[in-house]
Amino acid sequence: MKNENLYNYILGIADNSLILGQRLGELCGHGPNLETDIACTNISLDLFGQVRSYFQYAGKIAGDGRSEDDISMLRKEHEYKNVLLVEQPNTNFAYIIVRQFLFDAYHLAFLRELQKSPDLTLSAIANKCVKEVSYHERFSSDWVRRLGDGTDESREKMQEAINDLWMYTDELFHQMEADKAMVAEGIGVDVTTLKEGYYAYVKEVLEEATIEVPESKYFQKGGKHGVHTEHLGYILAELQYMQRTYPNMEW
Amino acid sequence: MTATDQHIDDVLIPILEKVSDPEIPVLSIMDMGVVRSAVIADDLVKVEITPTYSGCPAMDVIGDDIKKALKEAGYKSEIDLILHPAWTTDWITPRGRKALEDYGIAAPLEAEADKAVLLDGKRLVKCTNCGSTNTRLVSQFGSTACKAQFQCDDCQEPFDYFKCLK
Repeated sequence: MKNENLYNYILGIADNSLILGQRLGELCGHGPNLETDIACTNISLDLFGQVRSYFQYAGKIAGDGRSEDDISMLRKEHEYKNVLLVEQPNTNFAYIIVRQFLFDAYHLAFLRELQKSPDLTLSAIANKCVKEVSYHERFSSDWVRRLGDGTDESREKMQEAINDLWMYTDELFHQMEADKAMVAEGIGVDVTTLKEGYYAYVKEVLEEATIEVPESKYFQKGGKHGVHTEHLGYILAELQYMQRTYPNMEW
Repeated sequence: MTATDQHIDDVLIPILEKVSDPEIPVLSIMDMGVVRSAVIADDLVKVEITPTYSGCPAMDVIGDDIKKALKEAGYKSEIDLILHPAWTTDWITPRGRKALEDYGIAAPLEAEADKAVLLDGKRLVKCTNCGSTNTRLVSQFGSTACKAQFQCDDCQEPFDYFKCLK
């Protein structure tokens, strides 16, 4: 493939939205109440919509006729490039909100930069997504504050979720070969420059929410390399069910 | 970019105005501002539409409906989905805003006011049933991606509010 780095770069961005979208989609009909159920599935829908734009573009770059569906459904586990954070399970509502907030804060900062890309398709997608993701971030940060600064029980659950998910945050700022190549070409976002602002903002919200910021310096990584937690296999089993059961079927 | 940057051949306008948003049937896609261009080139009409939200499931249906309407008028057509410039609620026409209100969906406020009602709980959205602004946010996300849920504390009517998108 001629533009392999760009192709992989796009997958690196889109796989996060795909897997998180699938996770949130699991909540359809299972949210803690009607409003949050609808909110989570609305966010899921936004993310899937964004993924379609990215994968349509990736398909064009591949130039071998592969479609958005081929790219999302026909890869094996180690070929997905999403960060470990987004594949973590819907343990309880605190985990759902913390996972969402930790990702949204990154996603928003990332898209704001991607809007400036000289690659017109990527900047157009980012331009569209940034408006939607600012709604996502409002929703998740609002719930972090409400539940953190809520009852003893809600704070305890939020603290537990943040302690458990914190180790997956550092990976958001790791660069793969494709990322480095795209930064060098001036097309991609240098995520390492977003790290400081990200942690400053996350800490500000957590403090407002009376949640203690974890001090652990131990971080997990692997997702961007295709080395995933056991959870991804289960997600893909459901995501790819139709294609595995009825190969080559079309919707 | 404003709605005046649309390039739509005059003869196509009445045809496209008859195509409605499948989720808000009272609203024409022209009043919604999703048709960005429609040009007759030889025997083919090239139409560009832009999504309101990335994941809006109505877009595929809108594309099919445009094709059908143009076919009935004797045109072959090709539909392209474009992302740039991104759709904004500013492109909803005054007639479109009125159609939304009549249908029971509060039209989007300006960006500042929108933020105040969605984030700070300000009571500015006008109830589509009784016109009171004594209304409160129930949920930032509503029945579709573009709407939030509100309730009027005077007449108790629950209603949708079309979120400002800029």
